[in-house]
Amino acid sequence: MELQEIIKPENLVYDKTRLLTDKLMHYCPGCSHGVVHKILAELIDEMGLQDKTIGVSPVGCAVFAYNYIDIDWQEAAHGRAPAVATGISRINPEKFVFTYQGDGDLASIGAAEIMHACNRGENILVVFINNGIYGMTGGQMAPTTLEGMVTATTPYGRNVERNGYPMRITELIAQLPGTSYVTRQTVHTAPAARKCKRALKKAIKNVLEKKGTSFVEVVSTCNSGWKLSPVKSNKWMEENMIPYYPLGDMKDSVKGEHSDN
Amino acid sequence: MKGNEVLAEAAIRCGCDGYFGYPITPQSEVMETLMIREPWNETGMVVLQAESEVASINMVYGAAGTGKKIMTSSSSPGISLMAEGISYIAGAELPCLIINVQRGGPGLGTIQPSQADYFQSVKGGGHGDYKLIVLAPASVQEMNDFVDLAFELAFKYRNPAMILTDGAIGQMMEKVELSDYKPRWTQEEILEKSGNWATIGKPDTREQNVITSLELQSDKMEENNRRFQEKYRRMEADEVRYETVLCDDADYVFVAFGSSARVCMKAVEIAREKGLKVGLLRPITLYPFPQKVIMEMTPNVKGFLSVEMTAGQMVEDVKLSVYESGHHTHVEYFGRMGGIVPTPDEVVEALEEKFIR
Repeated sequence: MELQEIIKPENLVYDKTRLLTDKLMHYCPGCSHGVVHKILAELIDEMGLQDKTIGVSPVGCAVFAYNYIDIDWQEAAHGRAPAVATGISRINPEKFVFTYQGDGDLASIGAAEIMHACNRGENILVVFINNGIYGMTGGQMAPTTLEGMVTATTPYGRNVERNGYPMRITELIAQLPGTSYVTRQTVHTAPAARKCKRALKKAIKNVLEKKGTSFVEVVSTCNSGWKLSPVKSNKWMEENMIPYYPLGDMKDSVKGEHSDN
Repeated sequence: MKGNEVLAEAAIRCGCDGYFGYPITPQSEVMETLMIREPWNETGMVVLQAESEVASINMVYGAAGTGKKIMTSSSSPGISLMAEGISYIAGAELPCLIINVQRGGPGLGTIQPSQADYFQSVKGGGHGDYKLIVLAPASVQEMNDFVDLAFELAFKYRNPAMILTDGAIGQMMEKVELSDYKPRWTQEEILEKSGNWATIGKPDTREQNVITSLELQSDKMEENNRRFQEKYRRMEADEVRYETVLCDDADYVFVAFGSSARVCMKAVEIAREKGLKVGLLRPITLYPFPQKVIMEMTPNVKGFLSVEMTAGQMVEDVKLSVYESGHHTHVEYFGRMGGIVPTPDEVVEALEEKFIR
């Protein structure tokens, strides 16, 4: 069989995600952002949402998310994405609005905004990338930095006496009656990425059905911040991050209902 | 009606699409009035109490991205909290309305009226080189009229506009003729006006609309700044608004805005009764400032007295205007601070003391 006979549309098994732009991604090799972007781009396309989606990008590594996913975007001030998304979604409730935030953005400087947006049950999706470090500014301590973890601002390891404890903010979010679906995922293996895609799809459906806020944390790697190779980062994440940030659904209910688990 | 209530009523009537705010004295009646009126039932206007001024201005930023008419109101400490968001809105070139019903500062200060946020309002307030269109009402009627005007200017220039008023006018009851109802813009009208930038969902037929103030390439960021500055120069050329009272034969001119201008109206009367030829220049737009008017008056005037409820802020712009004229007309400041409104007699006394005695 000739090669030309094989290259036919009906034999296509994999193609570039349509809603990912051709711009060169600035993310480091091995970073989880690229995978999560791809999943979101796939879902927005598969669910036919391109013309009703507005993304809100954060301050942090994902500040340029708007360069990569071919939808309308608004870039928020540090931590304010949930307030920005609230404004968009309240004014145009028929749109699908999501925020894409890192741990510094969401759990530190934006802790008030995320709590209140979730507590109001804004019909938005929150994608929370937790890699336990400030990647963009050069690897400083984040609220989710593990105890003993070395960062640029905890050069001898995070000392809980001085710096407080790593924050499990997703567990706090799950307590709020405004949220309908709260889950913690990873994308470091193919099965994990597929599972994360299923979780994000459910989250988007909930938002479209106006069930309140859906919140998807993705425990992620930052190999340049952690100063580990991509492969070692995945292993380190499995051994250190996941025991402290256990995976799975924390809440799966409709707005106003109390969650049992 | 009360000034603050009129702001709310004017917002509903001018077809405002959304209000996001946080309670703070002396302007809480704006949101309270909106909540009583329930405009979402009547015009479809959204009203939301945010968790903080930081959140409310960022809700405004998001909502203004949709190309609709969006506003917030607050008072001095709250506006300071909003400064970051206002800078982002100016940098992203979004139209919106911000109302500052000023109180005395600095810090928590007092809940009594003040004009000490003049610098913050007209010189920028947040970080970076930007300007707001700043309107200063001097009556409850103007509180009504300037809401619609502010939106008109904000959309004309794709720039945040501010109504800078104070606790006195916010709390004052006066007769007012409310504007007629204007319908909110339809989605088609928004597409026509703002479809090339508003974040309303990307159809396959157009490029992405991205609202951001970020540009890491310095040459492009400088280009953006040049564009902003050109826009500000256009505002300075076309949008200066002011009122003059008895300035034609005046030897001395009070320069005052808002509440201070009301005091000066009476002071002009008292001074005229005393045989002093005194007039009043009332800037209505504080930015763009009526610099040219002052420059034109300069050859015929012996002195300008800038009367402010500040420690002397607008007087700098008056002096700058005189400097630009090339004349050496005497400029003085008189004001009260910390929530005190000057009396007309005090103003006349200050005029006599600084210029005549």
